Amino acid sequence: MPKVNDFTLKIATVNGTGSASANALLMKSIFRMGVPVMGKNYFPSNIQGLPTWYEIRVTDPGHLTRAGQVHFMVAMNAETFAKDQAELAPGGYLFYDSTWPRHREITRDDITVIGVPLAEMINHHFVEPRTRILMKNVAYVGALAALLDLDLDIIEQLLKETFGEKKAKLVEPNMEAVHIGYDYAKKHYDCPLPLHVKKADMTKGHVIVDGNTTAALGAMLAGANVAAWYPITPSTSVMDAFTSFCAKHRHDEDGTPQYKIIQAEDELAACGMVLGAGWMGARAFTATSGPGISLMNEFVSFGYYTEIPAVIFDIQRVGPSTGMPTRTQQSDINECAYAGHGDTRHICLYPADPREAFDFSIKSFDLAERFQTPVFMVSDLDIGMNEWMVPELKWDESYQPDRGKVLSAEDLDKLEGRYGRYQDPDRDGIPQRTLPGVHPKGAYFTRGSGHSEHATYTEDAAEYQRVLDRLRRKFDTAKDHIPAPYIDYARSKPVKAGIISLGSCDLAVKEARHNLKGKGTEFDYCRIRAFPFTDHIRRFIDEHDTIFVIEQNRDAQLKCMLQAELDADAKKLVSILHYNGLPIASMHIESTITDYCQEAEAC
Amino acid sequence: MSFMTKPKIHHPNLPKNKLGLTTRDYEGGMSTLCAGCGHDSITAGLIEAVWALDIEPFRVAKMSGIGCSSKTPAYFLREAHGINAVHGRMPSIATGAQAANPELHFIGVSGDGDSLNIGFGQFAHAIRRDVNMLYIIENNGVYGLTKGQFSASADVGSKAKYGQVNENPPIDPVLTAITLGCGFVARGFSGDKEQLIPLIQAGLKHNGFALIDVISPCVAFNDHQGSSKSYAHTREFFHPAIHTDFIPPREEIKVEYEKGRAMPIELHDGSTIVLRKIDVDHEPTNRAAAIGYLERHREAQEIVTGLLYVNSEEHEEGGRKLPARSLTGVDGVGDPVGVLEAFQGGCR
Repeated sequence: MPKVNDFTLKIATVNGTGSASANALLMKSIFRMGVPVMGKNYFPSNIQGLPTWYEIRVTDPGHLTRAGQVHFMVAMNAETFAKDQAELAPGGYLFYDSTWPRHREITRDDITVIGVPLAEMINHHFVEPRTRILMKNVAYVGALAALLDLDLDIIEQLLKETFGEKKAKLVEPNMEAVHIGYDYAKKHYDCPLPLHVKKADMTKGHVIVDGNTTAALGAMLAGANVAAWYPITPSTSVMDAFTSFCAKHRHDEDGTPQYKIIQAEDELAACGMVLGAGWMGARAFTATSGPGISLMNEFVSFGYYTEIPAVIFDIQRVGPSTGMPTRTQQSDINECAYAGHGDTRHICLYPADPREAFDFSIKSFDLAERFQTPVFMVSDLDIGMNEWMVPELKWDESYQPDRGKVLSAEDLDKLEGRYGRYQDPDRDGIPQRTLPGVHPKGAYFTRGSGHSEHATYTEDAAEYQRVLDRLRRKFDTAKDHIPAPYIDYARSKPVKAGIISLGSCDLAVKEARHNLKGKGTEFDYCRIRAFPFTDHIRRFIDEHDTIFVIEQNRDAQLKCMLQAELDADAKKLVSILHYNGLPIASMHIESTITDYCQEAEAC
Repeated sequence: MSFMTKPKIHHPNLPKNKLGLTTRDYEGGMSTLCAGCGHDSITAGLIEAVWALDIEPFRVAKMSGIGCSSKTPAYFLREAHGINAVHGRMPSIATGAQAANPELHFIGVSGDGDSLNIGFGQFAHAIRRDVNMLYIIENNGVYGLTKGQFSASADVGSKAKYGQVNENPPIDPVLTAITLGCGFVARGFSGDKEQLIPLIQAGLKHNGFALIDVISPCVAFNDHQGSSKSYAHTREFFHPAIHTDFIPPREEIKVEYEKGRAMPIELHDGSTIVLRKIDVDHEPTNRAAAIGYLERHREAQEIVTGLLYVNSEEHEEGGRKLPARSLTGVDGVGDPVGVLEAFQGGCR
């Protein structure tokens, strides 16, 4: 049952009313009170007028993930009132705007109902129509502050920081709205409720960030200097953030920009621009989502065969087309790993949270240049657009960009004989690269599949196959350079069953594992962090009788890849799938595993 | 075959440019195109033009898409990096490459199918962005490598080799480019090298996107009676509107031009394009007039050639060209720890 510092709050509003800022204010004030907090935004593909939800989990045990239960519902949207009420856990609280009494609509007797006439009070106090809409949301923040015992000084401080000096005069009316809600709740309800927030000291050394911003920051610090993109939710904020970081930090002393950002006419063109820049020697990247990757496929193949470095951030979402683009999924796992025509396979990195998105963003550029190939950083909407509490980002001061095997003018001067672009001098599958305009000896004509080791045109069967086989060797070499999987064994005794998962499933898996252990069953855990799959993963599968493969798509894409890439025994692999557009919840994992184990007696 | 190395023969009497190089130093591999293909004449024109401009071959980047035309960068400037991209998408590769290193010279070679069918979008957007490159369309009205289908530049009523008649109106790259704001738009004919070479030189020196649409007959699939892109048809309807001379920087302009018939246009590097009107009707620096002129002659089915529209000022005044330098080194930021701390200060 929910208790102090351990409960979930969900706010149902209408988008375009300013509720996102009110919700962010709530989340951050809990963070500043020193209590671990998760915030997730479930927003529509729309600018104004459709239902939107924000879920805040206050969690001193540190489970910064969706549990799958709601204990306090702020039901501000008449359209979804019935559904929101139904979602509440027994014993929970239903908060609503009692300006419009809903006695007949309140059907449950196992919950506590809290009515606050927000609209009435706000309309009485403020005149301007838009202000009334915005302040109604600020007023529920105030009411919640009273009910949940949030610190008003922190809220005021956050408002000051948000508005800054330029809009400082907005702080006062906002605080008035806060007090309107606060005072009413204090007067009419027994505050705080049994479920509330108590100051603690558990958020030091942490920050609240989203993964698109951290990916962009990583890209800038890794020295990325050419970016091309086409706007697509949920990846757009990667380029927005990159643009603003560069505008702040990437200029010569005379003010000349040291970067170029091009908004392309479509994703295929964006990918072409990135390859053109990569071929020329810049660190170039694009950010997109599944539909964009589909368009880029032709160029991704081309980049693979011509061996041009490129970084592609894929912020996964539901697709195709309209309806669900603002909902999360892990449904591009196959698409990224094998994007393109012909025999292609690509290095993929799977961050689990914004902090890892930062680290992997930097890593992507080094891998792309080391292996002269397109590299995918496969993130998702949950990581990319939600605000996560994560340990502070760290900069490795010893970091040096790995530019891979690039021959300089001096190297080419000294070179005896002919330069061969696609030879394998070090027997690791990685050829030596030259950049245009550097030295006449380095010149070659870059072409798709039909090239010899000297980059000349060929239709010779053996010559072609040699290039293809070397590309495979190169991919295998990458296993030693990509992030190894995170593996955590049960401490007490060897166990029969393990869990394999990836990306943003991580915290939900960890919570489920924790809860299952509490009920007496332990599971080993392997989180895959990159493709190609390494021997660690093969060993992990071999060590267990049953492997639960947990991922957020319908077709068990990761499981299929484990079978195809590692020849894993299909009978061993049990899929746990989640694909409704919301981030996976720990309860779903826990109950699925429990049910399976009871039935199969496998654990 | 194109992978055959052309023998390098030393001719002691060949003229040398300022770098001490002969045109032979600007050649590439052996052409694998059909004997008599117009594209090979354009390749020869490119070799002469770049040689005469005293450009070091390795300071050029050659870009192409897919098709017969797009094979040709392998046949010139063997010391230059080249990229044979995917069909219709060379402009995006060129855009990215040019963004990364604007210090090089960019030559794009495309075809009518590559630029006007599959790549029409990228072609238009590269013009819109004013990518600083010479962009040649080797225009023959048909797909050669897939054996003779019509392209988007085929004229209505034009007959294919086996009798099919084209019913769709053509896309004219010259008119398209002018309406999209291109500052250098020319048309040439592969059979007229004398006209073509100064156009190539001027296009390479133009600061911005320079388009040359070169009618380049396909001897295998489109050189028959009934085709409007055959050698015979092109010669019959060839209508040079303007004569172009290219004069490198600091060379004195010796010829005196009859007033109203000739105009020198100075380019950003001090070189000069001198336009001599053959047709007094034509106003090559007036966009609306140029479009009107082209429309009138299109109705008469004439193939108007020369530097048809030029505007070298707009780009420099418009401030679109930022100081351009290479981005091929990795520039991080001076103080990553400080940047990270400043950012995280706002995240607590």
